[in-house]
Amino acid sequence: MTAKLSVPIIKNRTQDRLFRVLSDVMARPSGAIGLSLVVFHLVLVVISPFIVPFDYREISALLMLKGPSFEHWFGNDHLGRDIFSRTLLGGREAILVTGIATPIAVLWGSFIGIFFGLVGGRIDEFSMRIVDAFLSLPWILKMLVLIVTFGTGIGVLIPTLAFFYGIPVIRIARAATHDVVARDFISAAKARGHGRISIIRHELLPNVLDTLMVEGAMRWSWMLLAFSSLSFLGFGASPPTPDWGLMIADARGFMSFAPWGVLAPVVFLSSLIIGINLTADALAKALGIDRIQKAPV
Amino acid sequence: MNLDNKPLIEICDLSIGFSNLEKLVLPILRNIDLTIKAGETVGLVGESGSGKSTLALAMMGYLGNPLKVLSGSTSFRHQSTFDLSMRELEQIRGGQLALIPQNAGQALTPTQRIGRQISEALKLHSKVNDADRPARVIDLLTQVRLPDPEILVNRYPHELSGGQQQRVAIAMALAGEPNALLLDEPTTGLDVTTQAHVLELLRDLAHETGTAMVYVSHDLGAIARVCDRVVVMYAGEIVLDGSVRQVLLKPVHPYARSLLASIPKLREASLPAALDGRPPAPGDVGNGCAFAARCAMAEDRCTNERPILQITKSGERVRCHLYEKVEQLAAPGPGTAVERSPLSQAPEVLALDNVAISYTSRGLFDQILGRQPSDTPTVDDVSLVIRKGETIALVGESGSGKSTILKAIAGLIPTRNGKITYNGNELLKASIDQRDKNQLRRIQLIFQNPDDSLNPRQTVAQILAQPLRLYFGLSNQELHDRSVDILERVRLGSHYLERLPSQLSGGEKQRVAVARAFIAEPELVLCDEVTSALDVSVQAAVLELLNRLQREFGTTYIFVSHDLAVVRALADRVALLYQGRLCEIGPVADVYSLPSHPYTEVLLGAVLEPHPDSVPVLSADDIVELSPMPIGCPFQRRCPRRLGEICDTQIPPWQQVSSEHLIRCHISHSDLQKIQAEQLS
Amino acid sequence: MLSMLLRRLSLGLITVILVSIIIFTGVEFLPGDACTAFLEREAQGKLLENCRQDLNLNRPAIDRYIDWASSAMVGDLGLSVNGQQSIAELVGNRMNNSLLLAFCALLVGVPLAIFFGVITALWRDKPIDLFFSTAAIFAMTIPEFVSSTVLILVFSVWLGWLPGIVLTSANASAAEFFPEIILPVIVVAMVMTAHILRMVRTSVIDVLASDYVRMATLKGVPYWQIVFHHVLPNALLPAINVVALTIAWLLGGVVVIEVVFNYPGLGRMMIDSISDRDLPVVQAIALILATVYVSINLTADLLTMIANPRLRTLHMRK
Repeated sequence: MTAKLSVPIIKNRTQDRLFRVLSDVMARPSGAIGLSLVVFHLVLVVISPFIVPFDYREISALLMLKGPSFEHWFGNDHLGRDIFSRTLLGGREAILVTGIATPIAVLWGSFIGIFFGLVGGRIDEFSMRIVDAFLSLPWILKMLVLIVTFGTGIGVLIPTLAFFYGIPVIRIARAATHDVVARDFISAAKARGHGRISIIRHELLPNVLDTLMVEGAMRWSWMLLAFSSLSFLGFGASPPTPDWGLMIADARGFMSFAPWGVLAPVVFLSSLIIGINLTADALAKALGIDRIQKAPV
Repeated sequence: MNLDNKPLIEICDLSIGFSNLEKLVLPILRNIDLTIKAGETVGLVGESGSGKSTLALAMMGYLGNPLKVLSGSTSFRHQSTFDLSMRELEQIRGGQLALIPQNAGQALTPTQRIGRQISEALKLHSKVNDADRPARVIDLLTQVRLPDPEILVNRYPHELSGGQQQRVAIAMALAGEPNALLLDEPTTGLDVTTQAHVLELLRDLAHETGTAMVYVSHDLGAIARVCDRVVVMYAGEIVLDGSVRQVLLKPVHPYARSLLASIPKLREASLPAALDGRPPAPGDVGNGCAFAARCAMAEDRCTNERPILQITKSGERVRCHLYEKVEQLAAPGPGTAVERSPLSQAPEVLALDNVAISYTSRGLFDQILGRQPSDTPTVDDVSLVIRKGETIALVGESGSGKSTILKAIAGLIPTRNGKITYNGNELLKASIDQRDKNQLRRIQLIFQNPDDSLNPRQTVAQILAQPLRLYFGLSNQELHDRSVDILERVRLGSHYLERLPSQLSGGEKQRVAVARAFIAEPELVLCDEVTSALDVSVQAAVLELLNRLQREFGTTYIFVSHDLAVVRALADRVALLYQGRLCEIGPVADVYSLPSHPYTEVLLGAVLEPHPDSVPVLSADDIVELSPMPIGCPFQRRCPRRLGEICDTQIPPWQQVSSEHLIRCHISHSDLQKIQAEQLS
Repeated sequence: MLSMLLRRLSLGLITVILVSIIIFTGVEFLPGDACTAFLEREAQGKLLENCRQDLNLNRPAIDRYIDWASSAMVGDLGLSVNGQQSIAELVGNRMNNSLLLAFCALLVGVPLAIFFGVITALWRDKPIDLFFSTAAIFAMTIPEFVSSTVLILVFSVWLGWLPGIVLTSANASAAEFFPEIILPVIVVAMVMTAHILRMVRTSVIDVLASDYVRMATLKGVPYWQIVFHHVLPNALLPAINVVALTIAWLLGGVVVIEVVFNYPGLGRMMIDSISDRDLPVVQAIALILATVYVSINLTADLLTMIANPRLRTLHMRK
């Protein structure tokens, strides 16, 4: 006699799960706000070139440091350029660079981390020493050395960011792998004779993916922070590219009497980063993962 | 015993529940009426989901986070517990009403020394002044029979063994000289012998101090030993309340009867009767009796009308419309006998020859410094021959190496010495990478904890597909057909294919694990404590399943367990292990009767039967084995029959008691027979 | 216990050696060398030759590494690329300034973080928690140059209470940095406090849900006694590690803040020497910061070992 059902049948296919997680995230206030902000900025990246009222490069001696007006909603910067247009476009390079570098960082970091997590033993111990050594150097030092030597083009920024921000992912992926590997279903798969690749693919990854997804989101926000800091210091986006970090750096000197040059990019930049963080937070709660924040790296 | 007749704890019509996401109220406890008098020892029995722990904690006025009181009240010494202020509750808890928790290791604060934690209880709940407190702590530790209390006082919880931690928890509870003790499964997770010692202690304490006890457990053996009265719970209700003799010998509620019938007995070589189905989830009970869906005697009235607690002629309370009919039934008899065919002619399936296994491995530092791992292996000198179609059990307590041996056979751990031969001539290589797929297919492993052995992210269909793809290269339609077939054999419908493990009960998950093993068409199945994590009635169903599959497919089992009664029900032969060395091996009936290896004797003596008259024999002390292992007999430090120096220096020889029965001891088996027979009379 | 100590020490040493190798090889692999980088367009002919002679760049890499590493161990970090200043002196000054900033920030930040971390955990989901948790998220996610800029805008430009820029010279004494140091300290402390607060909060919440806290409740221990004797000793253990990591970050990672406020610290020097292509200085700073990081981690590990009874007695059980 078959046991009676007291649990309703739930669809468990990947698409359904994705949908459930997404709606769970949206159900939380932090998730809703965060996701909306992120989507807003992503949409902006796509449509901004088509909706900006002015050419971001257009200089005008007459309009230098003029305040907000009917024509120029956010005012003009120290070269007379329209701040509104520049602000709308200001996230494009940052999001493009970090949007490509983040997945690369997470991918290669996870790959290495999972590998070492599974291998264990001497190789693992030794490699972690190397990872630790890398982590002991201040992030800006590492990146600046490369950037100063090879230049500030996207071709340098993307690999640099991807490389250095992938290293902490190694540690996280390794820790997550350790947690899963200790469990019986991995031993069961090993005992059956599944190959290592098969175990990683079918048994390990589905269980580690959640942690990596949340970590990926956080990585993106830290990378954006790094990119805008670099731009601010003059090592990221180069003029005349409209970039929030660069804009803030330029407008800083005139802050006392022309604060609008600083406020607009501050608001846009902060809203994006906060949006990502809120989404990551809500995602972690929806997936049921505990997160302990680490010190900024 | 203090026979003060005033009720100590009074629970009136208590219902406790929680609201789920859809704002529905789901009850965990329904209309509980219970009175406990001073000095009474009451057992609260039930399986998972019965609500027994919730009830015990409610007596202290404690409700877990989402729970709230739906109706009724509970009072302690005439004060309604839930109406008390926090300060008043703090005074009672730990003082007049003390809890002994389930997992003492987790329940003691890791950053405080033992002495300090007991001192804290004394300070809060006794009148002992500061100067006298240290002495009183030592007194309490002595009262719970802990050796060297002066040293223990300065230890941290993690430095103690499980049994010692439990005794500390008891001492802490006694500090306030309580009127009543609440014990929440206090011996779960302890070794058989340790458990027996702790229970004797509790029993003696109850008699000496006259403290009332509420003993929550699913283990009827433990309750039989400690309690005078038993209350059986099912689906949040009390279904039976009587003296221990009444409930254990002649239960008048169908559930209690089934429960008792599903417990394997040490002296009966038969499979206990399984109970189909599972208890209703909170909120799913409906209007009738909660047990009606699974009751063999259920009538229409049972499904439509919820029975109330009635009082029988003998003074028991029972919640059943048909209890008078149940009274007429004979006492639950033995279960189904297991057919055993003569196996000595069967071909050899697995042979272990002088196998030694070691867990220690060298880390990076040790390699740089050139240090070798310590010499004593975890398992040593194990030789066994296993024949086709038989079920051989490996029995021992923690540290016996029984699971280690299984893992080595499966190839998960390398052997340090010796060899393992399969089917007479194939050598089983130490690591899985070196074995060919066919060998791997024919040996399958089932784990203890189904929560852990099934990938939480895979559906049942995916779980079953893994071995099918790996061994047979099947795809889609064939996969589906075979999966449905095996699910049917384990009595799960095909609708289970789309489920995730989190949507299954413990028993269902273990069935899926069994299905996964059998779908590979194995010859040898290794069972690692596969029923230890399950409720008793579910265990019976899984044992029945394993037995049936063995008859259908002629599979050989190596069955690891610490439970001697389960082994009696299922196994043909049994091998006993102590600290990784074999002590005794032979057919189960022979091993369980005289003569026995002294360790077997100790184990058998410590088994708690669910019978009020059964008295355990505690011959060995409850001490923790220190490493390194001694030379000579591994049991020398605890053996009640230790001969002398010969046990300390020489490894005991194997003695043949009969063609299949061997004992490894320095005492000759005829002498053992004599001494042990004398002891029994 | 001693063996664990030695083991950790040697691991730390290995890490430092590894770092020095990474730094050295990293610099080696950059196109050109210290001289071409420094001289840039003038890097040719005699000038280049002389420069290389002065800096001993013609010897094989391994020799140079050993030279550099062994002198570094005794505190001799060599000369800057223009051959004129002792790196140790230059760095020493800046190091003191960074330490001052770090010390002030720690003094302000850590107690606040721990206090509010505990409070927000004990009053979880109440208004005080929502307020501080949200504030913490903001403090963590807003880029430092943004918060610095905003604070300067508010407190220096609009309100005029505090100076917005540091004009004191690099080798001034500590007292001379006040009141200019106040805003930088606030920014640094803000970020640091936010991280530590969140971590303490999570830790306390975890411990509050543990079996032993439940047991203490059921033992009748009054709430505040549970908090101080059972919760905090366990919840604050992980805080040691986070504080350590934060200190390490404080010395090398606050570059942006130093730039915004023009504070003469190690971070500013790092950027300046990178921009100036003064590679010996860059190498030296990298080595110092890495060594500091490793030592702080080591100290944190040791403190954790002492404070955590489980680790302390690990060797005794078997």
